[in-house]
Amino acid sequence: MKLPKLGLTLHQKQKYKGVWFILPWFAGFLLLFFTPLINSLRYSFSKLELNETGFSIQSVGWANYRNALFVDEHYVRTLTESMLNMVINVPLIVIFSLFAAVLLNQKFKGRALSRAIFFLPVILASGVIASIENGDYMQGVIKSASQQASGESAMFQSLELAKLLYSSGVNHHIVQYLVGAVERIYQIVTSSGVQILIFVAGLQSISGSLYEASKIEGATAYESFWKITFPMISPLILTNVIYSIIDNLLGSQTTKQIQETAFKSFQFGLSASMAWIYFAAISIFLWVVAMLISKKVFYYD
Amino acid sequence: MKTGTEGAKRGFVDYLWERMSKGSFWATKLKSWLWVFIRTVLISGISFIILYPILIKVVIAFKDPIDLYDATVVWIPKHFTLDNFKLVSDALHFPKIMLNTALLSGTVMFLQTLCCVLAGYGFSRIKFRGSGLLFGCVIFTILVPPQTIMIPTYLQYKNFDVLGIVSLFTTQPINLINTYWPFLISSALGMGLKTGLFVYIFRQFFRGIPKEMEEAALVDGSGTFGTFTKIILPNAMPAVVTVMLFSFVWQWNDSYFTGLILNDAKVMSSMMSTAAAQILFFLTPPGGSFKPDPLYLSMIQNTAVLMAISPLIVMYLFVQRHFVESMERSGLVG
Repeated sequence: MKLPKLGLTLHQKQKYKGVWFILPWFAGFLLLFFTPLINSLRYSFSKLELNETGFSIQSVGWANYRNALFVDEHYVRTLTESMLNMVINVPLIVIFSLFAAVLLNQKFKGRALSRAIFFLPVILASGVIASIENGDYMQGVIKSASQQASGESAMFQSLELAKLLYSSGVNHHIVQYLVGAVERIYQIVTSSGVQILIFVAGLQSISGSLYEASKIEGATAYESFWKITFPMISPLILTNVIYSIIDNLLGSQTTKQIQETAFKSFQFGLSASMAWIYFAAISIFLWVVAMLISKKVFYYD
Repeated sequence: MKTGTEGAKRGFVDYLWERMSKGSFWATKLKSWLWVFIRTVLISGISFIILYPILIKVVIAFKDPIDLYDATVVWIPKHFTLDNFKLVSDALHFPKIMLNTALLSGTVMFLQTLCCVLAGYGFSRIKFRGSGLLFGCVIFTILVPPQTIMIPTYLQYKNFDVLGIVSLFTTQPINLINTYWPFLISSALGMGLKTGLFVYIFRQFFRGIPKEMEEAALVDGSGTFGTFTKIILPNAMPAVVTVMLFSFVWQWNDSYFTGLILNDAKVMSSMMSTAAAQILFFLTPPGGSFKPDPLYLSMIQNTAVLMAISPLIVMYLFVQRHFVESMERSGLVG
């Protein structure tokens, strides 16, 4: 006798039970993300005024976008500056974090300690603490005192480096880039905590047998890095590039300007349209980068 | 027997001698030593760069004001003192703010982790038409900069009214600005700070846990939620710990959302941004035209920052060893 099919099979039931788990998140997504997103788009096309009872909206078409792009004297410049900064910083951050991860993945005394120190920026580099760092009196005093003690300033040191690079015949732009990188080393190191973490985890998951086999075949450490480590870790490079881009943009000048336009000069519509232009620029950039990198990415499975 | 071992020993010494007399042996030895040297220099150098600001703050915090104008004192103060700490805790109502922040961050951490664990588990197990799209939404929440939805979020909390339910009971929507409710609501519904990232981490982690384990539990008569709490959660501890730390720390340090919602300096991050002004106010005697020394002010401010981050560092020391393990198993990697 064939049993009548009652309801769902066990697997189907399990599948639909999964929906219950997502429900809180989904409610949040609809209420606290999707609705504001649509509203923000609406505000960007209108003039928003706060009053006692709430707020009033008047549609103004593309005026806000026109204002942001052609009238506002700072916006376009800050936007291009933040994009440019990101283009300069992200490769440095990714290369540095890969390098640091390779170092930290080797076996040596004090590895646990140095790992702990390298991941420290994960908790310290975010938010206000980083913003207070700059322009502090006392720290400036100590810095200049220690520079006097060592007899030369940081400026002079990087000039030396530039001279050395020039005399060895390196291209002018590359020299500029490298010298800039050396000067911003603190910024780069502190913003690569999470990236190092991801890379270290990735390096540990590469099976040792690959290295053994290549060693038996006579590969040097250098070769095995480029032929094994690099391809195996390439999906993570994509992840890290995207993470760095987003992370870098969150603290950029443009976001500050968007915030100030809204809550200091109370031009909500303008601020919303700025935010949307910004978002569009980021997504185009991310899309291009993801396209370019994902072609080269090697997936082991 | 004895001669046998002696012979073997001599053989070994000869062998060692033969090896050491070769040039290539020394070349490799030198190369590896050189590498160890370079590596040590690099690692200690970078560690110094990372620790430098913290070291500076520690040095400044324990310094007595007398040492400020002593040219011979750069790093190690001559007069150690705890007065700076005392002053900060008086001027900024530090214990109260610390308690507020710890409570808020703790609650947010708990709610956020709970919601993200559930969502991550759900995303790793469901598979129907459109589930991919739904997960795409998670990625989308990571990509959209929070500033894009800043104004509507602010207005939403200012006139809080979900689907008109609130106005059924009260005549007008309630104002949640300057309360802790927005933090609780957004974290409980999984839309807090960087929540998309947490959902992603959990989803990848759960995908690595074999389905057979759940099936075995189901066969043994455990329900779906029972399986989740008894089988899945204990296995996911490394990821849970990591996410908890991230969530706690990011809430603690966050100045964007906190600055948006809270007007008063009730928690650590908003206190930090106004610390300088508050200290100045505290040090200036009422009615007097006396201005405190800017160097002294800066010293106090550094002490305040150090006090604000010290709980995080202590916490970090305990949790840090779970970091790599959970990231590795999270499959974020594969």
